[in-house]
Amino acid sequence: MRTWLAHQRAALSLTLARLGDSPVATLLTVLVIGVALALPASLYLTLDNVGRLAVRLPAKPEITLFLSDSAKRGELAGLLGARRDLAGVRFVGRDEALAGLASRAGLKDVVATLGRNPLPDAFLLTPKSTDPQALEALRQELARLPGVARATLDSAWAERLAAWLALGRDFVLVLAGLLATALVAVSFNTIRLQVLAHREEIEVSRLLGATDGFVRRPFLYLGTLQGLLGALLALALLAVAVLFLNGRVEALAAAYGSDFRLEGLGWREAGALTALSAGLGWLGAWLAATLHLHRH
Amino acid sequence: MITFSQVSKRYPGGHTALAEVSFTIATGEMVAITGPSGAGKSTLLKLIAGIERPTSGSVVVDGQNIGRLSRKAMPYWRRTLGLIFQDAKLLYDRNCFENVMLPLRICGMPVKEAARRARTALDKVGLAHRERAMPITLSGGEQQRLAIARAIVNRPSILLADEPTGNLDAEYAELLLDMLAAFSRAGVTLLIATHEPRLVEKLNPRVLALRDGRIQA
Repeated sequence: MRTWLAHQRAALSLTLARLGDSPVATLLTVLVIGVALALPASLYLTLDNVGRLAVRLPAKPEITLFLSDSAKRGELAGLLGARRDLAGVRFVGRDEALAGLASRAGLKDVVATLGRNPLPDAFLLTPKSTDPQALEALRQELARLPGVARATLDSAWAERLAAWLALGRDFVLVLAGLLATALVAVSFNTIRLQVLAHREEIEVSRLLGATDGFVRRPFLYLGTLQGLLGALLALALLAVAVLFLNGRVEALAAAYGSDFRLEGLGWREAGALTALSAGLGWLGAWLAATLHLHRH
Repeated sequence: MITFSQVSKRYPGGHTALAEVSFTIATGEMVAITGPSGAGKSTLLKLIAGIERPTSGSVVVDGQNIGRLSRKAMPYWRRTLGLIFQDAKLLYDRNCFENVMLPLRICGMPVKEAARRARTALDKVGLAHRERAMPITLSGGEQQRLAIARAIVNRPSILLADEPTGNLDAEYAELLLDMLAAFSRAGVTLLIATHEPRLVEKLNPRVLALRDGRIQA
């Protein structure tokens, strides 16, 4: 254990010395890694924020039945309650609807100017199906019920948004995968140059009985450290971008009477990004060092 | 004990460095491997250190077949040896002290104990006062002595020296031979590849004369 610790400490100090040997190369590598990480991370943030914005709106398909003034509410409630294709039936009285409207962002002043309540009674129905065709058929059927003035189906845009978000997430995954590969390649290349710069030292060390692990260790530290610094740079870039954009976003949201604002990466996401980057840096270094050791 | 049995070494391209060489060296023995350049002296030492593997035959040291050692086992075998190369193979980016520390760091020896040993080794070769100097500032003779300090710092039981007096003037060569004689008296098995007649005269070792990869009677 003490030997192991001594080895780790020696390797780490050697790593730091090597970092100091080539500060420009190190800086450039860290910059490349940082930008490569910031790209998918910022896209992820964008989707995350759009998703949060969307959650504030009804995302589940809903059928609204607006009732005529002559409608028999109790009869209709019984009829709807007996249906098996509905998961939820909720009656919203016209007064409740008006109160709800008034509490909505930006509409309070509008409601206040109304002389009388223009809203009809309504049933909010949650269908079990999410299939667009089945929903449309259901809407038409319900529209023919006695006392129903109008039936509207509000699901289309929510579904489309959900589909776009899902597509966006897949895109982020693909992009992240590609850039992760690039990151390993960057780390591999930097470390390979480092290995070549120290090949005499490696050769002598091996003649004196150094194991592959001993030779590899400082390079692994170097790769990991570069990944780590790259991740920190990416996080800093993202934080600056969010800070920069939030001024405009908040002003825009306020114009719509909303308190929406952009959120940066959470601690867990930031931690995951850092760990991933460090891991990929390690992997690139391991490949470079191992390849050299097995060739010579 | 070092035993070569019918050892041949052919390099890619067909050059035969050693041809069916057999001999035994007892523990603590001092052996000079002589012969003109290209006779196979360096190859013989490299086979013992596991730097090369025999094409056929076996090199057995203390029961271990060196040619068959696994990649994993090889480093631990090398740690029991002291190697002195013709070109000192020093690391020029660190001072004398750190050069001598390297084998001990590789073994993972605690730094305090390692530093003590490194200073002892530097003292033994007369370089105690130069421990902070960079190797490039040393004379050829001092560099060779530094290489010896590094070779003996982990107290090897076998010392392999390839032309240790090769680049030295007469005075330094004399000093170096005294050092080697001292190690031999301390019980270290000593194999010295040389084409220096003075060495044989002075140390009076057992002589293995090689010519074209074969041992001369």
